[in-house]
Amino acid sequence: MALLDVSDLSVVFQRRGEPPFTAVDGVSFSVEPGQTVGLVGESGCGKSVTSLAIMGLLPRRGAVVTGSVRFEGAELLSLSARQMRDRRGRDLGMVFQDPLSSLNPVIAIGLQVTEVLERHRGMPRRQAMVEAADLLDKVGIPDPRRRLDEYPHQLSGGMRQRALIAMALACRPRLLIADEPTTALDVTIQAQILALLAELVRDTGTALIMITHDLGVVAGLCDEVNVLYGGRVVERARRHELFRRPRHPYTHGLLASIPRLDAPRGERLVPIRGSVADNIPWDHGCAFAPRCPNALGTCVEVTPQMDEEDGRLLRCHNPVQENQEVPA
Amino acid sequence: MLRYTLRRLLQLVGVVLVLSMLIFGWLRALPGGPVSALLGERGTEEARRELTAQLGLDQPIFVQYGKFLGRALSGDFGASTGVQPGDSAIEIFLQRFPATVELSVVAIVLAVLFGIPLGYLAARRRGGWLDNLGVVGSLVGVAVPVFFLAFLLKYLFAVQLGWLPASGRQTGGLDATRVTGFFVLDGLLTREWDAAADALAHLVLPAMALATIPFAVIFRITRAAVLDVLDEDYVRTAESKGLTTSVIRRRHVLRNAMLPVVTTIGLQTGALLAGAVLTEKVFAFPGLGEALALGFERRDYPVLQLMIIMAAMVYVLVNLVVDLSYAVIDPRVRTR
Repeated sequence: MALLDVSDLSVVFQRRGEPPFTAVDGVSFSVEPGQTVGLVGESGCGKSVTSLAIMGLLPRRGAVVTGSVRFEGAELLSLSARQMRDRRGRDLGMVFQDPLSSLNPVIAIGLQVTEVLERHRGMPRRQAMVEAADLLDKVGIPDPRRRLDEYPHQLSGGMRQRALIAMALACRPRLLIADEPTTALDVTIQAQILALLAELVRDTGTALIMITHDLGVVAGLCDEVNVLYGGRVVERARRHELFRRPRHPYTHGLLASIPRLDAPRGERLVPIRGSVADNIPWDHGCAFAPRCPNALGTCVEVTPQMDEEDGRLLRCHNPVQENQEVPA
Repeated sequence: MLRYTLRRLLQLVGVVLVLSMLIFGWLRALPGGPVSALLGERGTEEARRELTAQLGLDQPIFVQYGKFLGRALSGDFGASTGVQPGDSAIEIFLQRFPATVELSVVAIVLAVLFGIPLGYLAARRRGGWLDNLGVVGSLVGVAVPVFFLAFLLKYLFAVQLGWLPASGRQTGGLDATRVTGFFVLDGLLTREWDAAADALAHLVLPAMALATIPFAVIFRITRAAVLDVLDEDYVRTAESKGLTTSVIRRRHVLRNAMLPVVTTIGLQTGALLAGAVLTEKVFAFPGLGEALALGFERRDYPVLQLMIIMAAMVYVLVNLVVDLSYAVIDPRVRTR
């Protein structure tokens, strides 16, 4: 049985006086225990909203979540707020993008770690403090005892993200969701944090959902990758297959727009034209069609369905062929 | 922290000195004066001259100020000419200060006790009936003049319904023992429960009138601050840890939202005296405000000078306490 089984998940935001906005449109994927799965796409593709929906962190009012999120077979979407509160931090942990704003500025680091332990493992404060120092040590924070009494502004960016990872993993959840955990950090620190995450999930057997716009992050970490566009999964494949042979023009474009060290000198980067539309027109053809170099007549008329071919899922009428040069 | 406190206290000395000059000059620039106030229109020229000399008002203003400052430094602020003629200004101040402190403390406690929880609830249920009622109500609270509200409360609860006393600090015939000058506290200390209850009953209406503006301001600031904090990433982090709502509310939302609220409480406490002048007047409550109003009517220079200087000192001290409490709440201020 999969650890997490997301099927046909949709999130529609409804605000008074505004037309409803579909942020996630029938997303399905699953995560096996200990597996690392990537959700990749530009901002606005629905990857963060998907993660918030899984965590039950979307506002109760104004966000309509449908479909199914099964965790170890149990449906999370039908849990009450209180039941979901019992699960968050214990079964599912989350690490967010900006470590400075994600930490409470007026509470010492120690308490921000121990409060999870007190809540879910019923530890008394003193014992939790010892455990917290141990946790900070595990995520590579030097001199953890002293750090317990320090405040977020006294830590460096990398340290803060390490502390947040320690908090998320404090109760040994079976699933960790990391939403762009390295975007706000220096490049050198980014690599350290990714290595730390990889090491931790390997050692503890925690499954990881890695949310990122950066295929470089995916390349080093994920077993399986879901590429999202306009609130839908457009391509899913094992990491190696995806990088060796991207089939969806969007995936291809994402890869082509990354600078490569092994590319010939003077070769131009190929950007994807345009930007994500505000609302997602999946009901009239393919949402990516207006930006797609491979678009055909059918692309704007018939909405492509998810098809399986040699172990990967693809939603495209005219996928990229091997050795095809895609015009910019 | 200690250095900071000392520096602020030193600043206080400068503030008081400059203010004493301003108030000294300004009072004497007002039309009329203690002589006209005491003798009235019909005082003879000779009597006026005599009284002017007696009060030392015939000397150049610099000389007058020098003498005032010299005496003030040794604790003598002169004798009252109009409020309670003959009593020393200090004596009058000490008599009335506890009354106003008592009234202000009850008022600010009411304002905080209602303002913060209601502000929090309004923010949590944004757009709900409590929020809308609170926002409109607090606007009315700020807009309605204090004296009008004071009259209204007095008319309704004291005159019409007779639930609460209409004026004064305590009923005359009680023969309560005086210890500190704070009547409620005195009653509790001496176990004269009826005296304490009576003094408290006298405080309710004036305190309600005085509390409206601070309540309205604290409510609005709390609401806005909580709305800001609820959108913060660290609240989402706290939610992602599955913490209980009460921990999230106390530790993560309110603690951060309190920063602007504490500043507001300080400013409102400092500004209470302005409201106290009107409220005390309406309820014939013998505090500083009433003495100040009477002092202006009768051009009582010694009393006015002392009271205004003391009011300024209290204002500066309250704000010092606010700034120091910042360091307690916010570690980012502490390390600076």
